[in-house]
Amino acid sequence: MIGLLGELMASLHGFLERVGAMTRFAGRVLWNVPATLVRFRLVVEQVYNAGALSLVIIMTCGLFVGMVLGLQGHDLLERFGSEEALGTGAALSLLKELGPVVTALLFAGRAGTALASELGLMRATDQLSAMEIMAVDPMRRVVVPRFLGGAIAMPLLTAIFIAIALYGVQLIGVQVLGVDQGQFWSQMRGAVELEDVGEGLIKGVVFGIACSLIAVFEGYNAEPTAEGVGRATTRTVVISAVVTLVLDYILTALML
Amino acid sequence: MRQSRAIDVSTGLFVLLGFAAIMFLVTQITNREYSWRDDSYRLEAQFENVGGLKAGAPVSMSGVTIGRVEAIGYDMSLFKAVVTLRIDARYNQIPNDSDAAIFTAGLLGGQYIGITPGNSEDTYRDGDSIEFVQDAIVLEKLISKYLFSQAGKDKESGTPAAQE
Repeated sequence: MIGLLGELMASLHGFLERVGAMTRFAGRVLWNVPATLVRFRLVVEQVYNAGALSLVIIMTCGLFVGMVLGLQGHDLLERFGSEEALGTGAALSLLKELGPVVTALLFAGRAGTALASELGLMRATDQLSAMEIMAVDPMRRVVVPRFLGGAIAMPLLTAIFIAIALYGVQLIGVQVLGVDQGQFWSQMRGAVELEDVGEGLIKGVVFGIACSLIAVFEGYNAEPTAEGVGRATTRTVVISAVVTLVLDYILTALML
Repeated sequence: MRQSRAIDVSTGLFVLLGFAAIMFLVTQITNREYSWRDDSYRLEAQFENVGGLKAGAPVSMSGVTIGRVEAIGYDMSLFKAVVTLRIDARYNQIPNDSDAAIFTAGLLGGQYIGITPGNSEDTYRDGDSIEFVQDAIVLEKLISKYLFSQAGKDKESGTPAAQE
């Protein structure tokens, strides 16, 4: 019993230590953002790595999420004889929840792991220490550009995901299942407010910041072994997914 | 050098695509209309009850959308709701005795303002107020009116329960 309690305390202690270290790390990253913005080239490269390289997976998944939404939504709405509401339902659910959350999960899987393993490998092969010896701040040269690149790419990816998914809904709903095209779009336009689009984009920005921060934190603080890099990569995905879903609830409660 | 050129191009493409997607979401699936210049004019109408009318609702004439509800306010001196309508400049020949009424689109649809043209020679100008209005129909009021009229009828001819 005592042993169990002790273990629990130890794991709680470890958790708090990690949260504290993460906060301190976030502060350091944010502190170094202005200095990095001066060398914008580095950020552009990372926008390419995090954004342009994720484009294919985001677009493919978006199309299929939209198509399945079209199928399911049509099946459900048909029971009430209101298939025309498919556009409204799909647009609102994509903008408010599905778009930002699924994009964040994919982003953590595609870009987050790449960031974490790259930084972890740099740590394991002493590249970060080498930079310090050469009086190059690895924070400014390596970490912050990657963080910024991810944070910039994520809202754009969210918007692309939602747009493609809406095309998928339209493809199945209108072209295949025969919902009236005019009704589909006009009901959607009647119900969707500008605030709903804003909500989706705000979520995209927040998730982007959170996921990128977690990825660079885990990579930068990885144990300098092959196993440590692997563990850092795994933890990036797991923590990003949990944090995304928790933040999603909080943001929804705040903005609804 | 060559490689970083390629990175720039695809990053630029990605960013453009992202902003195009945002523009699509903002302009194509929301109910706001955007134009570079605002060449519309405004009319006001006072209603006793606007029901579920919201800013952004369409203003239509014979089913054609000619403008939008810009704002809904409450006038504390008149004790009436004041609805500001933004009408597209193309439709600037509306007779100034036309009336405005609040209708409901479909059974569960949103509410909109319908304008029925009058036959005056003069037309509405920017800032004019629409004189003849018809309030939103509130279902509860209709039901209670119906019930009370039924009750009145029953009293005249004796309640059916009492007759049996």
